[in-house]
Amino acid sequence: MTASEKKQLEITACKVRMGIIEGTHAAKSGHPGGSLSATDAITYLYFKEMHIDPQNPKAEDRDRFVLSKGHAAPALYSVLSQRGFFPVEDMAHLRHIDSYLQGHPNMNLVPGVDMSTGSLGQGVSAAAGMALAAKYRKKTNRVYALLGDGEIQEGQVWEACMFAAHYKLDNFCAIIDNNNLQIDGSVDTVMSPYPIDEKLAAFGFHVICIDGHDFDQLDSAFTAARACTGKPSVIIMKTFKGKGVSFMENQVGWHGKAPGDEDYTKAMAELQAKLNELEAK
Amino acid sequence: MADMVKIATRDSYGNTLVELAKEHEDIVVLDADLAGATKTSIFKKAFPDRHFNCGIAEGNMITAAAGMSTMGLVPFASSFAMFAAGRAFEQIRNSIGYPHLNVKIGATHGGISVGEDGASHQCCEDYALMRSIPGMVVMTPADDVEAKAMVKAAYEHVGPVYMRFGRSAVPVFHKEEGYTFRIGKAEQLTEGNDVAIIACGLMVYEALQAAEALRVKGIHARVINMATIKPLDEEMVLKAAKECGRIITCEEHSIIGGLGEAVCALLSEKLPTPVRRIGVEDQFGHSGPAAALLKQFGLCAEHIAEVAQGFCGK
Repeated sequence: MTASEKKQLEITACKVRMGIIEGTHAAKSGHPGGSLSATDAITYLYFKEMHIDPQNPKAEDRDRFVLSKGHAAPALYSVLSQRGFFPVEDMAHLRHIDSYLQGHPNMNLVPGVDMSTGSLGQGVSAAAGMALAAKYRKKTNRVYALLGDGEIQEGQVWEACMFAAHYKLDNFCAIIDNNNLQIDGSVDTVMSPYPIDEKLAAFGFHVICIDGHDFDQLDSAFTAARACTGKPSVIIMKTFKGKGVSFMENQVGWHGKAPGDEDYTKAMAELQAKLNELEAK
Repeated sequence: MADMVKIATRDSYGNTLVELAKEHEDIVVLDADLAGATKTSIFKKAFPDRHFNCGIAEGNMITAAAGMSTMGLVPFASSFAMFAAGRAFEQIRNSIGYPHLNVKIGATHGGISVGEDGASHQCCEDYALMRSIPGMVVMTPADDVEAKAMVKAAYEHVGPVYMRFGRSAVPVFHKEEGYTFRIGKAEQLTEGNDVAIIACGLMVYEALQAAEALRVKGIHARVINMATIKPLDEEMVLKAAKECGRIITCEEHSIIGGLGEAVCALLSEKLPTPVRRIGVEDQFGHSGPAAALLKQFGLCAEHIAEVAQGFCGK
């Protein structure tokens, strides 16, 4: 990845974060914390990794992305809007009555959403099913599923992992957003899923551990996952909940709380300053 | 009728999948370590690379089927009714029902005729669960002929379908020749205006037997096979209510939430009519031979006839 590509991704991610704040503020609800931690990965996927076409969101040969942690919908919507699937201004209608931007992703309403999710543990199974279908049809689609680290407490996640390894789904890549925080506290105090890497390796995955806010590392990780054959890959990303907004960073309280007017002004000013700094580079 | 051929509708399911798959390459079958019992083993033998065992993990199977359907395949996901509709209810609701995906659920071993395995495996709640999901088609066949046509109709229908099949062999009373099946279209099997018996699944044959016994006693019962529980054939129910004035519903399911309640809900709003519901009362089943259990729980011709007689005041 070139320095200019990296800079462009950082700029886009910053705009995506502004969309998340815009949306959750306008909705007066939603999940900014886990959206901000997943922003860099989803930005990378839609701007660098995935074979997709915003003009033809249902193209059969496209790669698929399933937001298994469906509550990070603001991040996915914001990325999709930045990528041109729908107008950026629509983020202001997030969660509003009669808006197509539902609280959790709806594949039949939002251009670019490949699977309806929200109930934790299911998106990963759907994604594995998609990967199996692509294999069965001898197609080249790759399938990505983004999971929360709290989400992997769901037993179904491990059913899906068994399934993906059993059917040697090397076109499947799981991504775990390891921000270490869930609603009731830190993941390790609520119900520790650790060691995530060893568990997934034992389940038959090619395991890659990275800093989920570093585009160079995201780039090497997805390249390595693509090169892996005979088994599925998982990218375990160390991230920070609320990343990019100083007063939200690593604060469990921002899991499912919308920014108020004052928070909004402060967060947007911070992100705007960051954007200016990046663009001046 | 004594020498009638008997076939379990789960066999019809397995056989029809093979027949369909010969013509349609988009059909795939998933099972959760019950292929021998759900009869998808028949399909597996014919199309080994189109049959995907998911192990004992129904939640993943159902959701993976949802994912496969988004790639243009038509998955038939199979397990026992208890574990498909029961254990994987929320997966069906959120990953198939909500996005209205083209997944077919083939649930075998419905009702108490599962027999010796007992209450843990006797699902009498599946119609109630599946009916509650918007857009879900819920069906159960009365015999082999209907089951085969139903599986084909399910394939042709675009959207989620739940089909319940039985474990025990049941009499094949439909004639193959000239038989047609349409989703949401009930079938009137006998003429009669004294009472209408609306039944589904293996209770249809019992209702026919009951109607014969009632005829001898001067009661003319109209037997209706309501193979599609949702969407309900409202026209047929209202016509029966208008012309017969009394309705009996019969199902191998809890009297809570199934065919009986669907009929009652319709009638109470559009044409209040006295109804008697025959089904599993608010209780669990238990172990025993299927035939003995059905008798014990009143899911038999004798009990239907008895209820009808009392209902008609004769």
